[in-house]
Amino acid sequence: MSLAVLLNDYTLQNVVMGALLLGAISGVLGSFAVLRKQSLLGDALSHAALPGVCLGFIIAGSREMGSIMAGALGSGAGAALMVLLLTRYSRLKTDAALGIVLSTSFALGVVLLTFIQSMNNASQGGLDSFLFGQAAATLRSDLVVMAAVTALALTLVALLWKEFKLVCFDPGFARALGMPVLLLEVILTVMIALAVVVGLQMVGVVLMAAMVIAPAVAARQWSPRLEVMVPLSAAFGMAAGVCGALVSTLGRGLATGPLIIISVSVFVIASLMLAPRRGLLWEAVSRLRRRLRHQQLLTTLHRLALAHGDSHFRSEQGLLDGYHGTHTRSAMKRLAQRGLVARHERYWMLTDAGHEEAANILARMEGRVT
Amino acid sequence: MSDHLHEPELALHVEDLTVSYHGKPVLWDIDFDIPPGVMAAIVGPNGAGKSTLIKSVLGLIPPIAGHVTLFGRPYRAQRRRVGYVPQRSSVDWDFPTTALDVVTMGLYGRLGWLRWPGRKERRSAMEALEMVGMQDFAGRQISQLSGGQQQRVFLARALVQNADIYFLDEPMAGVDATTERAIVNILRRLRDEGKTVIVVHHDLQTVRTYFDWLLILNVRVVAQGSVESTYTADNLRSAYGGQIALLDSEAFISRAGSEGRESGHDEAVDTGADRADAAGADVRERTS
Repeated sequence: MSLAVLLNDYTLQNVVMGALLLGAISGVLGSFAVLRKQSLLGDALSHAALPGVCLGFIIAGSREMGSIMAGALGSGAGAALMVLLLTRYSRLKTDAALGIVLSTSFALGVVLLTFIQSMNNASQGGLDSFLFGQAAATLRSDLVVMAAVTALALTLVALLWKEFKLVCFDPGFARALGMPVLLLEVILTVMIALAVVVGLQMVGVVLMAAMVIAPAVAARQWSPRLEVMVPLSAAFGMAAGVCGALVSTLGRGLATGPLIIISVSVFVIASLMLAPRRGLLWEAVSRLRRRLRHQQLLTTLHRLALAHGDSHFRSEQGLLDGYHGTHTRSAMKRLAQRGLVARHERYWMLTDAGHEEAANILARMEGRVT
Repeated sequence: MSDHLHEPELALHVEDLTVSYHGKPVLWDIDFDIPPGVMAAIVGPNGAGKSTLIKSVLGLIPPIAGHVTLFGRPYRAQRRRVGYVPQRSSVDWDFPTTALDVVTMGLYGRLGWLRWPGRKERRSAMEALEMVGMQDFAGRQISQLSGGQQQRVFLARALVQNADIYFLDEPMAGVDATTERAIVNILRRLRDEGKTVIVVHHDLQTVRTYFDWLLILNVRVVAQGSVESTYTADNLRSAYGGQIALLDSEAFISRAGSEGRESGHDEAVDTGADRADAAGADVRERTS
């Protein structure tokens, strides 16, 4: 199938647009959740959406998107409120409260789901698709609802940007400034429930948590500023959505939702490995450089001691800095922690262990050169 | 709001304040006053409720009894006149933001809803960073700052609030000697401008050299007043009990005393008191 044909495919258009919307809203709101150390909140809210979906179906009597979304939003918000009350008024910590609410509401959802299936209602068809999503069944009318919800959430974030930022960074200071911190936190939480609602059709309640957490985690690796991280997170979410949608067209019966999640996971893994400063690769390189610096300092001190024929020869910090053309104080401190150098007022000198280590290093280097 | 002022000549007035946590009192029946224009320390053993006291004054922890006024009015009405430096460890320094950005947050309260900080706000934030000697680190990600530098950024965020009364929660905890000196100098300058500075402090040895007003706390108020009348062996012992071996030696107390005198501490207190009067008169004019 050529690209042009693909782009004209009505179902694919819907899926791609849905994926873009989902990526945008979950990327933006996920950033705030991750920074508030509430990554699990997305998980709890999405599982809590299931009983709401079922209730929406029972009340509407059919698989009607509006009532199902309202149900999901209602039960998600209820679950969030439960978590808040549990952490406030019991001795439960947030993680325990989230875990309890998550599993209880999901169990309730599955009970309701099996109950509906036993009713033998013809219109129930595909209700269990909300577990893992069924992107191909997305309708234009669903897209309109998803777009409205996304637009609402993004507008709120833009309007309340500095308030959300401060509440995530330093809620105590925000309250001292007179900001209604509790209200702002409730708004953030409800908006994550909105993102879950948008993702219901696309990836389903089980995998939705990944959509909230993953783009934000990946974006955090690359950007030192919230103003960059949030748009980047949205971009990652949207790109993963489109990737998943396109890959699913490659074969018959490939599920779009799980493919979107796999795509976003690839972004996360790549970011954890490669990102400058925070990536594992970067850390490995800088650890290597630190080791080389340590070796240089040891051999410098060793050679100076040899040249002066005094194994307790003392070198000043400034001299070491000048010789190596960089600040060496922190490296010297680390060497001191390892017991290889000792400090005497402003001076550094090698310990016996330090001399031994330096001699070993020199021997190894000469062995390699000659 | 009524124009009735309660104890307007005091920068901070706390009456019958009681705070409890899970049914246990953390602060019990606290009464204390701080005149304007002083640099005051709040000291006490671990768990004495020092941070809790500051937080409940700022409305962050609801008291179960008592009331607080700043320059005669409750905190809600005086928010704009208060600068606050929380404990450095209370936030996650891995948050994706820059030093300048953190300082700008001090202006968020003044900006009001829906407005984004602009050039003017960034300029004020930059000036505050210059005051703490951190202008070269403005664009630096905050996780890459040392502990002392982070503390200075926090101080700059309070400076940009341009307040009349400052609350600092352990600003000297875990910072190097240079930063501690820089912080003390800035706080002294604030006091010399007639502002009131209230610091939760952990290092008894420096109380006499840094501060001119003292509140010794251990759930209840143990003693309060000018440093030379309050910083006595008896008061410290009744607050700390046997917790600090240092205090058991009279030598420590008297040595600390003579150190304070050597560094010209007494004169500092005298002028501080003069300033307090002047500032008090100034405040009365403004609030009446």
